Amino acid sequence: MRRRALALLPLLLAASVASADDTRRSGLQFMGPALQALQRDDAQNPAMLWVQDGDQLWRAPTGPGGKRCADCHGDAPRSMAGVAARYPAWDAARGGALNLAGRINACRQQHQQAAPLPTEHADLLALSAYLGLQSRGQPVSPPADAGLVALRKQGQVLWQQRLGQINLACLHCHDQRAGQRLGGAVIPQGHATGYPTYRLEWQGLGSLQRRLRGCVVGVRAEPWAADAPEWLALEAWLAQRAAGMPVETPAVRP
Amino acid sequence: MADTPAPRVRTLIHGLDALRRGQPGELRVTLAHPMENGLRHDGFGNVVPRSIVTRFECRLDGQLVFAADLYTAIAANPYLAFWLRAEGPGTLSFEWTGDWGFAHRETRAIAPA
Repeated sequence: MRRRALALLPLLLAASVASADDTRRSGLQFMGPALQALQRDDAQNPAMLWVQDGDQLWRAPTGPGGKRCADCHGDAPRSMAGVAARYPAWDAARGGALNLAGRINACRQQHQQAAPLPTEHADLLALSAYLGLQSRGQPVSPPADAGLVALRKQGQVLWQQRLGQINLACLHCHDQRAGQRLGGAVIPQGHATGYPTYRLEWQGLGSLQRRLRGCVVGVRAEPWAADAPEWLALEAWLAQRAAGMPVETPAVRP
Repeated sequence: MADTPAPRVRTLIHGLDALRRGQPGELRVTLAHPMENGLRHDGFGNVVPRSIVTRFECRLDGQLVFAADLYTAIAANPYLAFWLRAEGPGTLSFEWTGDWGFAHRETRAIAPA
C-alpha cells in the first residue's frame, strides 16, 4: 500500500501548482515545512493509523450476515479510486444528498444490516480516511445533479451568512482575510480537500463537520444538531468551491 | 467524544524493507496512544488521570538497540525515528510500556539484503 501511495505523491505535488491564475491555495500551503513533511510522508503521517484500521474494516465481516465491504466492492485501491472526490453525491433512490460518511452508513444499513455509526466514531473516520486515500491526488469533482445544485446554493448562502455573537460569516475570514493571522494562527482559505484530517489541536482524526463546528462555536454561535442539513449543505458548497483541487486525504493540519 | 469500542492497539512500523546489511537504516515507529498528561479536566471538572507511555524499547534478537523515555509533554500518538545497523537476518521487537499497566509489543522478522 505504501509503495502505491508514494507513487501518487508526485501527482499530488504537480496538481497543487496546476494553474497559475488559480488563486486558490490548499491549507497545506499555509503550513510550515515540518508540518507539510508530516502530511507528505506516509511513514510519518499519524492519520495512517486510521487508514490502517480502515483497510482492516474494509475486509472485516460486519452485521448479522457477516458481509464485508470487499465482498461487493472488491479491492478498494482499484474499485474506490476517485470515488471520495465526488462526494457529497446525490442518491436518487433516497431523493437526498449523502456525504462519504453518510454513504458508508447507508451501505451498512442497506447491505450489511448493521447499525449506522455515529458521526466521529473511530470506525467511520477510519473507513472514510481509507476511502479518501484512494482518491488522493485526484481533483475534487462535485457531480452535476440538480438536487446538489440546490444544496450547494443553500451552502453558499450559509457561507455568506453572519453568525453568532461575533457576527462573522465564513467568508469574512476565509475569503477576505485568508493569509492574515487570527491570534498566532494563519487563516487558510478553507478548502476542505483533506478530510478526515489529522489535526494537531485534536491530537486525532476528525471529520469536516467537527472542523466546521469548531468555527461555528468560535464565532459564538450555537452549532446545528449533528444530523442537521446545514452541515451537508456547507460540505456540498465547499466541494464546489474546491472543485479541481487535488484531494489530500488524509491531511495533517495544525 | 463519540462512543468508541475497546481500543485496539495500533502501530505503524516503517523502514524495515529498506534495511541493508551492515548499513545504518532509519526506522520509524508510531503508536496510537492518547498520551493524556494528567493536567486536563473533563466536562465535569474532574482531573483526567495521567495515562502516558513512559518507555519504548527496540531489541534485535533480545539485545537492546534503542530505548527512549517519554514524558507528559509528548503529544498523542508518539512517533519515534531512529537508526539501526543490522549485520544479518534477525527478529526485531518493539515494546511500549506506560501508565496503568500499558504494555504492547510488536515483533518483526528482518532480512537485510
